[in-house]
Amino acid sequence: MNGWTDELTRARLHVVTGKGGTGKTTVAAALALALATGGRRVLLVEVENRQGIAQLFDRAPLPYSEERIASAPGGGEVRALAVDPEAALLEYLDMFYNLGFAGRTLRRMGAIEFATTLAPGLRDVLLTGKVKECVRRAGRAGRHEYDAVVLDAPPTGRVVRFLDVTRAMADLAKVGPIKGQSEGVVTLLHSGDTAVHLVALLEEMPVRETLDAVAELDAADLRPGAVFVNRVRPPRLPARSIASAAAGRVDAERLRAGLASAGLEVADEVLGGLVDQTVEHAVRVRMEEQAKDLLAEADLPTLELPELTDGVDVAALYELAEVLVGRGVR
Amino acid sequence: MNRLDVDNLLDDPATRVLVCCGSGGVGKTTTAAALAVRAAERGRRAVVLTIDPARRLAQSLGLRELGNHPRRVEVDGFEPAGELHAMMLDMRRTFDDMVWQHAGRERAEQILQNPFYQTISTSFSGTQEYMAMEKLGQLVAQGEWDLIVVDTPPSRSALDFLDAPQRLSTVLDGRLIRMLSAPARAGGRGIRKIVGAGFGLFTKAVSTIVGGQLLQDASTFVQAFDSMFGGFRQRAQATYDLLRSPGTGFLVVAAAEPDALREASYFVERLSAEGMPINGLVANRTHPVLAPLPAPGALAAADRLERSGDAPLAAAVLRVHADRAAVADRERRLLARFTRAHPDVPLVGVPALPADVHDLAGLHEIGRRLAGE
Repeated sequence: MNGWTDELTRARLHVVTGKGGTGKTTVAAALALALATGGRRVLLVEVENRQGIAQLFDRAPLPYSEERIASAPGGGEVRALAVDPEAALLEYLDMFYNLGFAGRTLRRMGAIEFATTLAPGLRDVLLTGKVKECVRRAGRAGRHEYDAVVLDAPPTGRVVRFLDVTRAMADLAKVGPIKGQSEGVVTLLHSGDTAVHLVALLEEMPVRETLDAVAELDAADLRPGAVFVNRVRPPRLPARSIASAAAGRVDAERLRAGLASAGLEVADEVLGGLVDQTVEHAVRVRMEEQAKDLLAEADLPTLELPELTDGVDVAALYELAEVLVGRGVR
Repeated sequence: MNRLDVDNLLDDPATRVLVCCGSGGVGKTTTAAALAVRAAERGRRAVVLTIDPARRLAQSLGLRELGNHPRRVEVDGFEPAGELHAMMLDMRRTFDDMVWQHAGRERAEQILQNPFYQTISTSFSGTQEYMAMEKLGQLVAQGEWDLIVVDTPPSRSALDFLDAPQRLSTVLDGRLIRMLSAPARAGGRGIRKIVGAGFGLFTKAVSTIVGGQLLQDASTFVQAFDSMFGGFRQRAQATYDLLRSPGTGFLVVAAAEPDALREASYFVERLSAEGMPINGLVANRTHPVLAPLPAPGALAAADRLERSGDAPLAAAVLRVHADRAAVADRERRLLARFTRAHPDVPLVGVPALPADVHDLAGLHEIGRRLAGE
């Protein structure tokens, strides 16, 4: 399947996960910009204390508040929030116990760190709880404050545990404010309002991890959204010559003659290097094709993003967002 | 550029422990395994401790069976002069073994059945790092190998590896758990008076959130654990000391990407601050150009050929070359930036293999590339 679907357009919470090193944060940011295009307001959220969003947008570390970080084409805007579990816990405690000043003392004592590490699920419940609050928050004129929320989630290996609030709650108290709050989170995460997108590269390991994650999401009754295939490089050789080149068969003499016709007379050493590079390229293209076939097993909408040789800066994010809009993201 | 001489490092009998660290997805496990293969080929009795190897890599090292102890790896096709051993960390088993080893039978069973123990031995953030260090300590104590290569857990940040054991021990050894568990011991009263109303509220809130039962389990566990080991903190300190002892060195593994190199920088700074020896940076999966041909000329020629349509092969080959030159150029700039910030850290680039590595021949090849062959 190619491109964005109507079903995905209806989602309001876009969770983005992927194996480490696949460019999950970059894709999440580009997706936020794409969704904001045309005058919408989108919140981009991170939960792992990495300040990855600030680095990507070349800004000072984000405070625990929703800051405008980018304008989207057509009048839209992207805001960003780095959720800190300690701050989220204090917010909860404050809401229900009116801790006020004492909260700061507790933080100094390390009590918050303690509580959030004592029960491993608590941290996740707090983080997803804050995300839910942002998704559901009412804005002006009976609309939601945000048209969409994009969550830069933990990597594939941990994402289902992170989103499986029901399981996390099994470790926690059966009553109390967190329990009530978490029921709303469960409803949101398992509804059509939420899509869990996966970022993959066309390499065997990231693809296998993507497939494993899809199976895990299905088993946990969470909805896989789209697969973003990141850093796709253009194939340079014609499809019919890939197999023979990958097997090491590149006609060096024909190559030499071809280069000469363009005015390039090359030494044997250069010619040999060019052949080696071409063989490596062909091997990689073949592997990418195999990875694509494997990825097709997931049977999910797929969107490709090009490799950016100059690296990812703010301008590149807009470029990627434009590609996504071109593939139907809205 | 100050070049890292991997063979020199591996051949030096004073190198006893090599810790490979770096952020997730940079190829730490593969690098650690390739270093061990290379060391064995060069005559050392080497063991590699992997944390979470990809399935097929694990199979190629004969790690399918969970044993939690090193096994000798039979090497076909190329001859090691030394020996290669490998193991995969079983976090839960390592923790269980620790308990069995240090507690009497009855107490050990009591601990193993504690629900809080079951949580922390499987899903506590930091347990994996802690157990990796515990296992490393055991391997060192066994003294059977003259080189131990350690992979580190796939944490989001390279620094987690240094901090997690300390964090875990702080949580379990700290004042807080004693205070929170005081009600269980003192019959539920008194704590409010000692530490003030804010803390009382907090205790109430925490037990509302995590449940009183969990707090009680935690308290029981910490008491048992405390008497057994003399505290987590001491244990964590011992691993820290091991990492600082002569013969231990760190290799930071990074991809030639801004994020991975930023993490590598943090880690290098942190290691120097802790007085831990850094042997070098492994820049993994680089794409050096193999043909010395200037890219602009190649692109112009490709344009000409594409317009004329005469020599499609040559045009495609020139495009491949120009793409590669652009990538190589970017990688070189990124690595040069790292070197400017850390001129004392030797660096080696490991050219990427076009295909995934999941057998010994692949590890052997990466070993050659690490050594710059």
